[in-house]
Amino acid sequence: MARRRTSQPTARNLGAETALDLLGTMWRIRRFEERMATLHQRLLVHGLIHLSIGSEGVAAGVCRQLRDDDEIYSGHRAHGHVLAKGAPMDRVMAELMGRSAGLCRGLGGSMHLVDVDHGVMGATGVVGGNLAMAAGGALAAKIAGGDRVTVVFFGDGAVQTGYFAETVNLASLWQLPLILVCENNGMAEFTTRAEHTRVESVCDVVAPYGFDRRTVEGADVQAIWSAFGDYLHSARGGTGPYLLECRTHRRRGHYEGDPLASRNALGDAEWAQLDPIAQLEALAKRRRWIDEDRARALTAEADAEVERAIEFGRASEPLTPAQAAELVYA
Amino acid sequence: MATGTELTYVRAINAALAQAMRADTRVIVIGEDVAEGGPYLATEGLADEFGRGRVRNTPISESAVCGIAVGAAQSGLRPVVEIMFIDFLTLALDQLVNQAAKAHFMSGGQLAVPMVLRTQGGAGGRAGAQHSQSLEAWLTHIPGLKVVMPATAADAGGLLLSAIADPNPVVVVENKSLYFRREAVPATLAPLPLGRAHRLRRGADVTIVALSRLVGEAMTAAQRLAADGIEADVFDPRTLVPLDLDPIADSVRRTGRCVVAHEAVRTGGFGAELAAELQAAAFDYLDAPIQRVGAPFTPVPLSPALEDAYRPTGEDIYAAARHAVQWADREEPVPLRETTP
Repeated sequence: MARRRTSQPTARNLGAETALDLLGTMWRIRRFEERMATLHQRLLVHGLIHLSIGSEGVAAGVCRQLRDDDEIYSGHRAHGHVLAKGAPMDRVMAELMGRSAGLCRGLGGSMHLVDVDHGVMGATGVVGGNLAMAAGGALAAKIAGGDRVTVVFFGDGAVQTGYFAETVNLASLWQLPLILVCENNGMAEFTTRAEHTRVESVCDVVAPYGFDRRTVEGADVQAIWSAFGDYLHSARGGTGPYLLECRTHRRRGHYEGDPLASRNALGDAEWAQLDPIAQLEALAKRRRWIDEDRARALTAEADAEVERAIEFGRASEPLTPAQAAELVYA
Repeated sequence: MATGTELTYVRAINAALAQAMRADTRVIVIGEDVAEGGPYLATEGLADEFGRGRVRNTPISESAVCGIAVGAAQSGLRPVVEIMFIDFLTLALDQLVNQAAKAHFMSGGQLAVPMVLRTQGGAGGRAGAQHSQSLEAWLTHIPGLKVVMPATAADAGGLLLSAIADPNPVVVVENKSLYFRREAVPATLAPLPLGRAHRLRRGADVTIVALSRLVGEAMTAAQRLAADGIEADVFDPRTLVPLDLDPIADSVRRTGRCVVAHEAVRTGGFGAELAAELQAAAFDYLDAPIQRVGAPFTPVPLSPALEDAYRPTGEDIYAAARHAVQWADREEPVPLRETTP
């Protein structure tokens, strides 16, 4: 499923082909994560599992415009970004299962997915550190020349870390080709944004630095695609940073097993408005890019891929302690 | 040591940085005031030769600067980041401990972080308790990091070259009170391998293992011991991680007595690790408990009289060695719970 996209500055309205790619990507993420809940209960996947259901549009709208050599950094809620960037689902699944066939040979897990071949350079479990590391990747790109771009995904909770202030300052001072993509779901761990800060919009936090920034709805994949495409085109010229703030809904709480998750429950009609898949599917049907059969086929393909991934993971053993110990030093 | 020239410790660092930057365009220097040379002029002149693209001044943002070094290293550069005082390393520990040290392991070997973090510690500068600490033991507790503590100008240059060439994150802990001593260095700096202990003196009566500034103090103590008819075998491990234990353990098996000495607070210091490993390796050969020399369990005081009393010296090493040598002759058994001098 690794599909590589070029990012020529084309018209940034969605066409049929792109819309289908985005829908397929979002369904792959959605079905993968929906299966997580049961796999987690059955102890087939391990650790703290943070799902991105509700923000698949950000992962798809951003990553499907990137090349393999563009680098991304993510955080603890990373499945979607990694899958959309091209990491093979079976190896992601095996990683969550702690098996040696996993992306990181079962040594990283859900919060620490890395796939260097597809430019996934790190996902930090300690909130905020990915911002600085991504700036380092962007610095390397700038020094090397060329048009490689670095993207960092983070939640609005990370905006209150010292890392955010330090990194935004340095990235703007050095004009690094870095695109900051904030998934503002209004929640930092278990409490609302209003309890963490008086600044509602993340774009307002960076206003004094004067770089381009935009807030879009996370359910509007077309808007994400278009806004991110503009920034990507500019960053390819070696300048930056840029901030794209996407207002998303965190459908399943902070992590699987979150005792407070039901607090964010929505009615079906309300969720349909915030669901990027429902919104893009409706648009695609209106434009006649897709019919009901094709829509159902996308979900069936995603389901089949998830089942194959589970089988792939099950067939793999964990590393031995001795094999793991050999990986402490390069 | 090959005959060469004389340099101060800090000029040897400067020369090693310039040599590495000439040899490899991936090497960059990053930190507060580095383009100006920094407070000790360790990076003086580098911006003139290599430009401010490769010698990058940063704001006072230790967390992000260390993170930028980690990210840049993962993407192919070889950053040498300077944290001006080891006391400020507290602000960069998330990146060092959670990211740099673990990236290779947690990615299943996909990532490498070939960065060097240069910093300096040590008391004696009348700088107070937030600019004088010796915190190296913290770093040795983290799998994935390498920790280097050069004691001489030649070692500072040679070990830094190896640290820059190493594919892992290496912390080089320099010592501010050594910076301006003029010492012999080879005409051309060559890399000194990490993980190789250095024996400075041979002796059959007591083994002394000292770190950083205490290496020179150990040699002073060894001269006084020699005048008493006690010959000391003196080692500088040079790198704490990886630690070259075997030659030191061999020495302890021969002498039967050992003193470990560093400037850090004795409690939880690296001397505790050395003592534990050495007693396990040489238990049947020991004639006395391994003696530990280190600073008392207080913050570094400002007052010159207090700071001078706080800093371990050759006197302390001499006394500890005498204590070990005379262990069998002591008049009273040492009561339980009493600590070493």
